[in-house]
Amino acid sequence: MGLLLVLVFIALVASLAIGTRNVAPTEVLAMLGGDREGDAGMIWDLRVPRTLLGLVVGMALGVAGAVAQNITRNPLADPGLIGISAGAAFAVAASVGLLGLEGTQSYVWFAFVGAAIAGALAYFVGGTGVGGATPAKLALAGAAISVLLEAGTSALVLTDPDSLDRYRSWAVGALTGREDDLIWQLSPFVVVGVVLALVIAGRLNALALGDDLATTLGAKAGTTRLLGAGVVVLLTGAAVAAAGPIVFVGLVVPHVMRAFVGPDARWLVPASGLAGAVLLLVADVIGRVIARPTEVEVGVVTAFLGAPFLIYLVKSGKLREQDS
Amino acid sequence: MKTLRQPSAGPSRPRAARRTLTWERGPVGVAVRPRAVAVVIVLSAVVFAGLVASLMIGDYELPWNDVVTGLFQAGPADAELVIHELRLPRALVALLVGLALGMGGAVFQAVTRNPLAGPDLIGISAGAGAGAVLAIMLGGVTTGQSTTYGAVPFGAFVGALATAAVIYLLAFRDGTITGYGFVLVGIAVNGMLAACTRWMLARIDIDQATRATSWLTGSLNGREYTHVRWLCYALVILVPLLLAMARPYQMLQFDDETASGLGVPIARARIALLTLGTCLVAVATACAGPVVFVALAAPQIARRLTGTAGLPLLTSGFVGAALVVVADLIARTAFTIELPVGVVTGAIGAPYLLWLLARTNRAGKGG
Repeated sequence: MGLLLVLVFIALVASLAIGTRNVAPTEVLAMLGGDREGDAGMIWDLRVPRTLLGLVVGMALGVAGAVAQNITRNPLADPGLIGISAGAAFAVAASVGLLGLEGTQSYVWFAFVGAAIAGALAYFVGGTGVGGATPAKLALAGAAISVLLEAGTSALVLTDPDSLDRYRSWAVGALTGREDDLIWQLSPFVVVGVVLALVIAGRLNALALGDDLATTLGAKAGTTRLLGAGVVVLLTGAAVAAAGPIVFVGLVVPHVMRAFVGPDARWLVPASGLAGAVLLLVADVIGRVIARPTEVEVGVVTAFLGAPFLIYLVKSGKLREQDS
Repeated sequence: MKTLRQPSAGPSRPRAARRTLTWERGPVGVAVRPRAVAVVIVLSAVVFAGLVASLMIGDYELPWNDVVTGLFQAGPADAELVIHELRLPRALVALLVGLALGMGGAVFQAVTRNPLAGPDLIGISAGAGAGAVLAIMLGGVTTGQSTTYGAVPFGAFVGALATAAVIYLLAFRDGTITGYGFVLVGIAVNGMLAACTRWMLARIDIDQATRATSWLTGSLNGREYTHVRWLCYALVILVPLLLAMARPYQMLQFDDETASGLGVPIARARIALLTLGTCLVAVATACAGPVVFVALAAPQIARRLTGTAGLPLLTSGFVGAALVVVADLIARTAFTIELPVGVVTGAIGAPYLLWLLARTNRAGKGG
């Protein structure tokens, strides 16, 4: 955990220092303490908001992934993979395109609703039949819902060039080009979500044993699962509203963290939050330097980091033991 | 999917004989199932009716007898123009695209033995989309009349084939082309390509982005005889090749032991069939964009219509043709603005897909 905090710090500094104009890390630290002239002004105006957004979004996605995997007892329950992000994206496109809303503040609620409905639908369809929501069934239902919602989304934005223009810059999954006060508007949601996740972490452990055993141990399985679902929707909705549909972060991070801190949710949830922040910041930095002088958005970088990981998971047979 | 039980073919089984007309002379034999023939005839009638309807209906209405006569002989000049220049190419593209998607979808589902392993979910459509958007970006295409527009179908075609090659290589390495691992690999590739497409969409200028988004939804707007011609060339080559492989196609729907016991070289037959199927889907997608859910739904509907255990190849094609022709008619006329056909097939197909998922899950085959 201490190591993770150090990594977060390094990632933060790197995200502040690296870009079209590199600044030495020592100078970055000095600037944060002192003046706001020259390079320091650039860092304060451009990179600090971006880095903070990356920190918050990454943390939200990491925690959401860990909780989602825990309450569904399903290693593929990534908010992006099971259609929650697509649901939020569709709701945002609908609110922008049909209702003409502007600004994250106004459409964040739609993102929550869309995320909740899509997630519930995926879980409902994927959960039918023998063995409940097994990894493959859930991922398939999520993929089907995503395909449907993406088709609907592009039909919506096609009717109006303005909303297409706004939508496409949001849908790519980026930390830039957002309103300055976005971070302050969304942080409360993320803070509430993360705190709630930490509070129920102990009960999530009981849930991992199976519903029957959890009930025997005195944990209310239904309530815990509902609270967990609330956390996932809150965090994913906020992250998607802020940065667009960023997939695979919620999948990769908890898996890697489980290898380090073990399956105990009280450790796994905070560790996933921190590691999610590290992953997103590092992906953002990679996106800045990989295609100079332009940038590759963070959502594209995480997809290219995450997809091979998913293929590896499938190939290594690690999913099979939980398959029905 | 339900366990595939081939209806016992051949004259030795009396139950099958009642539903199958056979004719044998020496080594040559033909077996005809009356129900399959009836289904194909009815479907052809539906396709023809849809074709005539889509020639009749539009901003300029034509009576049906004018359309039918206008199809085969020269009629009044204005009807001639509307039918032959404006509506017929589009309707024919719809028909051929549907045919290709239906047959291609049947091949995918049969070879992988998975009703969900269609081009929509495993990333082949996403590959075509990425290729097309790349062509739009590099070619600076803003309208269908741009001189570089020819690059877009080409980009889609190459994108689809390249993606398919990547997925097959990943899946074939340890022989897991069947089962859900294959679909999951496809979903991963799909996610990667979708991210690429979104990245390109955010880069290009807004006119190109509009063009690309409309292409990505699957649209038949402004299709001409060039498209019809290319589709015809492709289908004339691909469909006979596919029909020649009808026997291994049937056999591969059994499990591996049975298929190889029946003398099918499994690995080679699979690669050949999947290549043909991919080519069909790629050609269709290159012409019309990714028209979602047709490849998925058509074979399943066809199987229920014919009542066979396996997925009927040709009937799937006819169902696909009927689906796309009717869907395009709805997209063109049912609303005040013209919708891309992909929106209509998506709206029809998505609930069906979810129902199919729930049903396969309940049958205990969901993975």
